[in-house]
Amino acid sequence: MNVLELKNVSVSHAQGLQRNTVVHDIDLTVEAGECFGLVGPSGCGKSSLLWVLAGLNPHWEGDISLFGQTLESGKVFTGDLRRRVQMVFQDPYASLHPKHRLRRTLAEPLKLLGLPDIDERISEGFKQVGLTENMIDRYPHQLSGGQRQRVAIVRALLLEPKLLLLDEPTSALDMSVQAEILNLLNDLKARRDLTMIMVSHDPDVIDYMCDHGVTMKAGRIDQEKHYT
Amino acid sequence: MTNKTTLVDVRGLHIGLNDGTQLVKGIDFSMGRERVALVGESGSGKSLTARSLMGLLADSLVVDAERFQLLEHPVLNYDQRQWNRLRGHQVSMVLQDPKYALNPTQNIGRQVAEPLLLHQSMSRKARTEKVEHMLDAVGLPNPAELRKMYPHQLSGGMGQRVMLAMALINDPQLLIADEPTSALDHAVRDQVLDLIHSLVEERNMGLLLISHDLQQVADYCERVMVMYQGRLIDHLPAEDLPNATHPYTQTLWSCRPNITKRGQPLPTLDREHLETLN
Repeated sequence: MNVLELKNVSVSHAQGLQRNTVVHDIDLTVEAGECFGLVGPSGCGKSSLLWVLAGLNPHWEGDISLFGQTLESGKVFTGDLRRRVQMVFQDPYASLHPKHRLRRTLAEPLKLLGLPDIDERISEGFKQVGLTENMIDRYPHQLSGGQRQRVAIVRALLLEPKLLLLDEPTSALDMSVQAEILNLLNDLKARRDLTMIMVSHDPDVIDYMCDHGVTMKAGRIDQEKHYT
Repeated sequence: MTNKTTLVDVRGLHIGLNDGTQLVKGIDFSMGRERVALVGESGSGKSLTARSLMGLLADSLVVDAERFQLLEHPVLNYDQRQWNRLRGHQVSMVLQDPKYALNPTQNIGRQVAEPLLLHQSMSRKARTEKVEHMLDAVGLPNPAELRKMYPHQLSGGMGQRVMLAMALINDPQLLIADEPTSALDHAVRDQVLDLIHSLVEERNMGLLLISHDLQQVADYCERVMVMYQGRLIDHLPAEDLPNATHPYTQTLWSCRPNITKRGQPLPTLDREHLETLN
């Protein structure tokens, strides 16, 4: 089954009253359970495309179908889709609220959805990514970069997403910490029914992680590659 | 290219906070006109060590050493005025991110000329010529126009080249590069490192290259020093890296992902075991 199908998709950013188109005519499909890689130099449009898939940029044209549901350009995500697609951002320092304890940041979406057993879910999530429970009541600045990125991954996973979007999840981290995070992601993918789309400028990371990937260049797909 | 001049000679270097917390716990090293890499994770004290060699540590930090010689100057108790004579002249530094390290309100030409203004007396015309020549040497196109541009008009790779031009314009004897490529993307990274390598070779300088990516620096350096939690735990020639015996060096060497490692977990650090080694 295809989780995601893009046909003839172009993405633009609003620049004053004008639109600046940065991604042109993208066709691609992502199957359930695979790790899909988007690789390319900075400025090639890979993150812009990912932001559209996360529902963060409504300025796109073409046909997108996500979990069999056709998206409409210019509209925000509604209903279940918001929960099924989750994103992990590049900078672990900027993606957690600096003045809230981790428990508060992590509990917020769960409360909003009215889920039961919030505390249990959070401590379960912490165990899954190899953090200890006593860290739940810390502030983000009391954690290292690698630990923070793990918390960002927990935040995304608590909502039980089907599609996890990863925007350069390891490029702000040390090489040795990167290895830990990549192992963790591989582990989670094997344990859960999870589809991942990963953006990186490092071809080695994509080669290591992904089952299927494309190289982008100046807003277009340059090369498609199947690893298995 | 190694010859006998000792550029840096440090014995028992300690850097700590006022309250007695030690951040760098007594390291010894020396280097001549050679390319040396200082590798470690964030928080291992590698940047502090490098900054202490430039006299750029915050006032709240206490530096102590048995011997702390830079280009045969005893710099341990230097004040800022004495440092100013060395910095940017005989020792200079390239920082991590050109977005933050360059002054956004001054044009490139003025920033690259500043070390010349401070350390040499030359006519305005000669200075402009030297700046343009330097910008050309670091592989930037159109130096005459670039001189008038501002940092926000440049890409990350170009910004890093400008910083390199600033650092090298006075022909220093030692260049310290503190993670010069970690803000850049993959393709540009190798270009900048190649450039640093060839310029250092050409000018017969010493290079202290700081990084967290062991595999990447190995190609550009002759010797590698590995730091962990404020200690220098391993020291070896770059060609011996594949056969490193220290578990920390081994892991840093092999944790980089690539296509041949697909399907197998990457090696990670066994931090508890490392604690017992210290």
